Amino acid sequence: MWPIIQIELFKIYKRPRTYIAFGAIAALILVIQMGLKIDGEAYAAFLMKDINDTLTVDGKVLNGYLICYILLQLLLVHVPLLVALIAADMLSGEANLGTLRLLFTTPYSRTQWVLAKFVAASFYTILLLIWLAFLALFLSMWIFGTDDLFLMKSNYVVLIQEQDVFWRYLGAFVFASFSLLTVAALGFLMSSLANNSIGPIVATISAIVFFTILSTLNIPLFNIVKPYLFTTHMNNWKEFFDIQVSDSNDAITGSILNVAKIKNSIIILAIHIALFVGASVWIMKKKDILS
Amino acid sequence: MSVIKVQGLSKNFGAIKAVDQLSFEVEAGQVYGFLGQNGSGKSTTIRMLLSLIHPSEGHIEIFGQSLTANRSAILEQVGAVIERPDLYPYLTAQEHLTLFAKLRKQKITAAKIEATLAQVGLLSRANDKVQTYSLGMKQRLGIGIALLHDPQLIILDEPTNGLDPQGIADIRQLIKSLSKDQGKTVLVSSHLLSEIEQIATHILIIHQGKKMAEGPTSSLLDPNKTIVQIKTLDEADAKQKLMASTYRSNLLERTEGLYLTIPKLEIPALNAFLVASHIDLVSLEAKNSLEDYFLQLTSTF
Amino acid sequence: MKKLSLLVIVTYLMQVAVIAQSNPLIERVTKKLNLVNDYVATGVMKTDVAFIKASLGKVKVYFKKPNLLKVKKEGGISLLPKGGVTVTINSLLNNKQYIAIESGVQIFKGKSLQAIKLIPTDEKLDWVISTLWIDPVDALVYKTFTTTKENGTYEITMEYGQYANYGLPSKLIFGFNTKDYKLPNGITLEFGDEDPAAKRKALKQKKGTIEITYTNYVINQGVSNSMF
Repeated sequence: MWPIIQIELFKIYKRPRTYIAFGAIAALILVIQMGLKIDGEAYAAFLMKDINDTLTVDGKVLNGYLICYILLQLLLVHVPLLVALIAADMLSGEANLGTLRLLFTTPYSRTQWVLAKFVAASFYTILLLIWLAFLALFLSMWIFGTDDLFLMKSNYVVLIQEQDVFWRYLGAFVFASFSLLTVAALGFLMSSLANNSIGPIVATISAIVFFTILSTLNIPLFNIVKPYLFTTHMNNWKEFFDIQVSDSNDAITGSILNVAKIKNSIIILAIHIALFVGASVWIMKKKDILS
Repeated sequence: MSVIKVQGLSKNFGAIKAVDQLSFEVEAGQVYGFLGQNGSGKSTTIRMLLSLIHPSEGHIEIFGQSLTANRSAILEQVGAVIERPDLYPYLTAQEHLTLFAKLRKQKITAAKIEATLAQVGLLSRANDKVQTYSLGMKQRLGIGIALLHDPQLIILDEPTNGLDPQGIADIRQLIKSLSKDQGKTVLVSSHLLSEIEQIATHILIIHQGKKMAEGPTSSLLDPNKTIVQIKTLDEADAKQKLMASTYRSNLLERTEGLYLTIPKLEIPALNAFLVASHIDLVSLEAKNSLEDYFLQLTSTF
Repeated sequence: MKKLSLLVIVTYLMQVAVIAQSNPLIERVTKKLNLVNDYVATGVMKTDVAFIKASLGKVKVYFKKPNLLKVKKEGGISLLPKGGVTVTINSLLNNKQYIAIESGVQIFKGKSLQAIKLIPTDEKLDWVISTLWIDPVDALVYKTFTTTKENGTYEITMEYGQYANYGLPSKLIFGFNTKDYKLPNGITLEFGDEDPAAKRKALKQKKGTIEITYTNYVINQGVSNSMF
């Protein structure tokens, strides 16, 4: 199956649309970094308003690690839209172009083609995430330096020691890859249902927006389905940045508050990926190629 | 040996029967013309032969093997161009051929790719993106992809669509050469009788999903049954005079127009009869379009 | 009548001031503190505030007379009670602008301690009243309770070890009031993933402590002003 994966990767590499997402991420990150570099202290002061009433915070709060967290918080909500741009076009784009029949009249089976296309879409997604990590983490570390991560959550503050931060980002990026692959798989499923490019992209984005609203609304009726929605779990990369405390309220270095929550989220996202890709394969196998 | 053997093939799209109990056989080395009007079921049949569409009924054998059971092995030996030459606009011809070369078990060398580009006349534009190509160039590249792996069976669905006269002549020449010089089996579809007539050794005519005629080109396009349309200033008078003549049995029953079926060689004699009968003749035309041929078929069946 | 009352109070305070100036226990404490011109101490700091999750961190504490104090976490971010520097024993006693009133003896951790209340005489000072619990035997302050104008009350308890001769503690627990902490979900982008237990805990507990356990003092070796 490697030759057809290579072909799919080559096509992604050659397609101009591929680079929109990379460009968009770079532009967004650079603008935010520039803004925080120029006026970051005011932003930090705003965030720390309540804390400053009680405590004096001494040290480089606005360091590369916090900048990366802020960037991920903002971007990991929007990157799925960029992933949808490619993933939701993988099958329907070819159907629209008429090239699907070229592929499906080769000796490779439809299942192989669909899986190869998903592998290629996943590769693109991971590459996008690596690009995001490079700019959001490494570039921020270079521009802003590193220090402890002083994380202001809604109801409490977490202070993670500098040497205890980097591995958490690695974990968060691995987790984020599951989130984005779920989006890619959803886009893929939508793509298998249509013969044009725009429909599945819009449908994928709409589905993400719809389920995100369900996930964030605190209405008892929705709470029943929430645990099973992929959107409920997509943002749980943040769990890597919450820390256990001992009985005497000391944060335990190297610990994660809720490992079970992360595992559960990864399992649910993986099930979604398998279901979406499985359904795509089934649909494409049954489909008459009329385009 | 049958290269293609189709038995009782049907395809329903809801209530519409696109292909209805179609059976035919294509022998090795034949150029098999698949003839039918637009919407007659040609493309649906071809897509079923290439496993793009799942048949509702029937059985397809290619190279003596069931298509369902041996799809991969069969398609290894098949090259196809289906309808429009749809390709990747952001890739060059060279990149297209290089990519599709990877999909074959046999090793396709750079020299073979170059030879294929030369064969379809795209060597000088090999490194230009397809989005800059004319329709004819795209069609030629599509054929190049189909021929790249040296297949035994070549399926071409409307290969001359959108081509200029020179392009049509080139494709015609290529098909003839594939069969004559390389011994390939070619199944070529078209809605133009004149096109098929010039290249096909055998013809199958399909209408509303059903087979209407099949056989060697020479026997199907019978010169003794040429349809002739007569246009006169007074059609009623002309019809009356023909009914009274020996041409009575040659007249076709039509609500509009005056048609006869006569051997091609007798057309000058008919012309002389019309002049001698003082019929004010406007035109006397031998019809050879597919529609005319259907007319001929419906008059003889 | 009002004038008379005021006169009585002023006269009383003047008497108290006289008492303060001659309070031998405070004098002994001050004398001990005066042995130290500067120090650099190393220790471990523990932050215990309901809404903060922080791990133990190594700190360096820099002090220079009269009341320059800086706590620096080694290579990291440190959290200190706001205005806490103004209520350390050095800050309270060094300027001598207070009235000291003895207010009885109390038992604290098995020691019989003399409680002395300090009332500042300089209105510019941030603190309003402070109580010191001093062991008359070794002239060491074991506990202070200070009310400030702007930052609430602070309670400092101290334990002493090998640097007791200089009046320097081996352990210092700094208790202070905390205010509510809350950031809108729209800013933190945390929707529906709140930790209810942490929220309850944060609401219930309004006290915070910072505990520094000193492992070493380098005394009177000079500390640059740039450290502060």
